Amino acid sequence: MAGATLQRRLIWRPARVTRRLDEGPRAKTLVLEVPGWPGHEPGQHVDVRLTAPDGYQAQRSYSIASPPEDHEQVSITVERIDTGEVSPYLTDTLMEGDSLELRGPIGGYFVWSTEMSGPLFLIAGGSGICPLMAMIRHRAARGSRVPTRLLYSARSLEDIIYSHELEQLAGRGYGLEVFYTLTRIQPPGWRGYSRRIDRAMLEVAGFAPAQHPLCMVCGPTPLVEAVANALVELGNPPDRVKTERFGPTGG
Amino acid sequence: MDETEQKLDGNAAAGMLREVFVHEMTGARGACASCGSIAPLGAQDLYMSSLSPGAVLRCRRCLEVLMVLVHAGGRYRFGLRGLSWLELEEEE
Repeated sequence: MAGATLQRRLIWRPARVTRRLDEGPRAKTLVLEVPGWPGHEPGQHVDVRLTAPDGYQAQRSYSIASPPEDHEQVSITVERIDTGEVSPYLTDTLMEGDSLELRGPIGGYFVWSTEMSGPLFLIAGGSGICPLMAMIRHRAARGSRVPTRLLYSARSLEDIIYSHELEQLAGRGYGLEVFYTLTRIQPPGWRGYSRRIDRAMLEVAGFAPAQHPLCMVCGPTPLVEAVANALVELGNPPDRVKTERFGPTGG
Repeated sequence: MDETEQKLDGNAAAGMLREVFVHEMTGARGACASCGSIAPLGAQDLYMSSLSPGAVLRCRRCLEVLMVLVHAGGRYRFGLRGLSWLELEEEE
C-alpha cells in the first residue's frame, strides 16, 4: 500500500504551524510542516502532544485531513471544545510559527485509497468529515473518477467545514456528489435535508447495495451507530461498512 | 474531561498498539474465542474511560471481551484470552 512503508518505531516529531485557517465558528485547520513525515493513507490519524513549561503533558488524537500528496504538509482540523484542555490551545493560542509534537501515521483499518475499489459512500457527522476529506482530496489529487457520494450532517450552514472546497470539487463533474443535512438551523430557501440521517436519506443519497459500495462512516457515536445499522438493514454487508466513532474526546 | 465510559471503535487503540508492535495492528484480523466471528481489530468495539489507564476490546457480534489493554506504571499489559488467533498481512 502507498505510504505504508514499515516504520520500526512510532516516534514523536516536531511539527511547525505554517498556516491557520478558519473553518466556521468553532473549528480551525492547522497546516503543519513535519520534516521527515513518512507519508500516510487517507483516514489515518496522528497523536498530538503538548508539553507545558512545568513538564505536564497532554495528548490527543486527530484525523489527518490532508491527502498524502501534500507530502510533509500535514493538516488537522480541530473543533474547539470550550471545557477542554487541549483544543482551545490549538484553536486560539497556537500561532503560525509555533511548534508542537506529533506522531503518526496511526491506524490502518479506517482507510481508503484510489487503489481500493468503489463506489465510495462517505457519511460524516460534524467534524467526522476530517478523515473523509483526506479521502476526497486524495481522490481529486489522483484524478480518480471512482463514483463517490458524501452525505454530511451538520448543525447549521456555518458549521459545514470545507464547504467551498467541497462545492468546487463536486462542481468539476468527476463523479463526486455532495449531500448536506442541517439538523438544527436551516437558512431561508435551504434545499438540502433538514433532519437527522435516517434510512430513507441513506437510500436516496447512497448507492444501491447491488453496486457493492464501500461505506465509510465517521462522526459522534450515536450517529455512527444509527447510520451503520441502517446501512446493514438496507442490505450492505457489514464488512463493507467501516466506522470511526468520535467519542467525547475530553477536548 | 468526560468521566463516563466511551464506546469507540477498535481503531482508537491503534496508537497504543503501535507503541508496542512493529506492525499496524488494527488492520489485523482476529477470531473471537467465544463466538468464532472473524473481523479486523479496528472493526470491533473499544471501551475506554478517562479515569482508567486501559481499554477493553469487545467482539461486536457477541460482546465478549477480546483484549484488555493497560498502560500504567511504566509497563504495558495485554490480556488476550478472548482471541483464538490473530492474522497479519506481511508488509513490504
